[in-house]
Amino acid sequence: MERLNPRSRSDPYGRRINRAHSPLLANVVPWLSVMIASLIPIFFMATALPLFPPLGFIMLIAWRMQRPGLLPVWAGFPLGAFDDLYSGQPFGSAIALWSLAMIALEMLEARFPWRHFLIDWITAASLILAYILLAMVVSGASLTVPMMIAGGPQMAIGIFVYPLLSRLVARLDRFRLMRVRRVA
Amino acid sequence: MAPPSSRRSSYSRKAQYSVFTGYILAGIGALVGAILLGVSLWRPSSFNGVRGSAHDVVEPVAESSAQGRTWGLGLFETINGYYRAGSQNAALKREVELARIKLAEARATEQENRRLKGLLGFKDEDVAPVAVGRLVGSTASSTRRFAYLGAGSADGVEVGMSVRSPRGVVGRILEVSRDSSRVLLLTDSESVLPVRRAGDEVVAFAEGRGDGLLRIRLINLGINPLKKGDVFVTSGAGGYYRPGIAVAIVSEVNDDGGLARIISDPAATDWVSVEPIWQPEAVLAVQTPIEEELAD
Repeated sequence: MERLNPRSRSDPYGRRINRAHSPLLANVVPWLSVMIASLIPIFFMATALPLFPPLGFIMLIAWRMQRPGLLPVWAGFPLGAFDDLYSGQPFGSAIALWSLAMIALEMLEARFPWRHFLIDWITAASLILAYILLAMVVSGASLTVPMMIAGGPQMAIGIFVYPLLSRLVARLDRFRLMRVRRVA
Repeated sequence: MAPPSSRRSSYSRKAQYSVFTGYILAGIGALVGAILLGVSLWRPSSFNGVRGSAHDVVEPVAESSAQGRTWGLGLFETINGYYRAGSQNAALKREVELARIKLAEARATEQENRRLKGLLGFKDEDVAPVAVGRLVGSTASSTRRFAYLGAGSADGVEVGMSVRSPRGVVGRILEVSRDSSRVLLLTDSESVLPVRRAGDEVVAFAEGRGDGLLRIRLINLGINPLKKGDVFVTSGAGGYYRPGIAVAIVSEVNDDGGLARIISDPAATDWVSVEPIWQPEAVLAVQTPIEEELAD
């Protein structure tokens, strides 16, 4: 007898018979992806302007908005500490700012539990803008007007990179829940 | 996606406590972060050790990505070269002819220089670089402009040494760990470099503006003698940099100086060399408080 559809016994995460999610994969992927995103900017060469968006931060809020409750509220502390090691900002700036962003998102979510992607994007955009500006203030550099203007492209890139990263997070989320573990 | 309902207050004590603890931990995290931030702004070198070892870990990866980047740049230049090969070839041939003549003249001048210096009793000292390495990375997303160099204390690099490319000054070593070191680039807003105009004695400070340009601030105010296209070189004041290394070209003149572009753009440099501090005594003298006497 022929099977009608070979995927009829699968869900989006793979075959259901004899397979289960891997707890390791499910828990490690979000943390690891944020850490990798924190690392990526240092591999790009010293441009005259800070052009590269704060990828680690954008990744963190993308995970937070796509999958509420997956990363705990306090995730900003360890992930921010890792980011501070590589970002060139004074140590502690990402710890403080990422923690504050997580708390802000938590409060926002209590107010608007169901959201449209556009609202997510607007939220992310305002968080990215605030983050870049505050990071500039606490960077230890003496603030100048040209510096603020030079931050413009970075902010724009940051805002437009959010939807892309959010798609990437959705992909990673499917990967995270793949049924790879064989149940005996 | 809507939040899972278990995070809202429920009858489960466990759920309620874990939500509460999460909030407390996040608040403490933000607070600790603020304190750490205060400490590192107050004493910028507090966390150098941790940061240095973290960079040593990723240094091999960064090294290979730097190689890839150089290869990519070279590829684009090659393609560009093919595009205008004919006319460029003719122009280059003419240039080489001229350069050969100039070279012969330069040799004569050099010989004469050596003779004159010999008469005056000067010693020719060529500075041997302490280490040669690649710029392996940078803080591409932060307002501060730092680059990371793939050579560290294991190669003899020390804090304060100057970093230069074949074109000119790139920056100064700020922090050293075993296999990598952090370079303060000229364009960082905390970088100040004493310079003079090539050809005469107009002295100035070149300060980073944080947006990729340097601000040339003249020391002697009065009529601004700068013109567009003036080249500034290191003056040797302060003792960190050897005099006579190219720094910047003036691109815009304003009333108390001008704006200048850096000559050695770190984005286009491949290998850089680390040179020893030019006058360690001068640097030491600057760092010693007035009340104390210099040893020796």
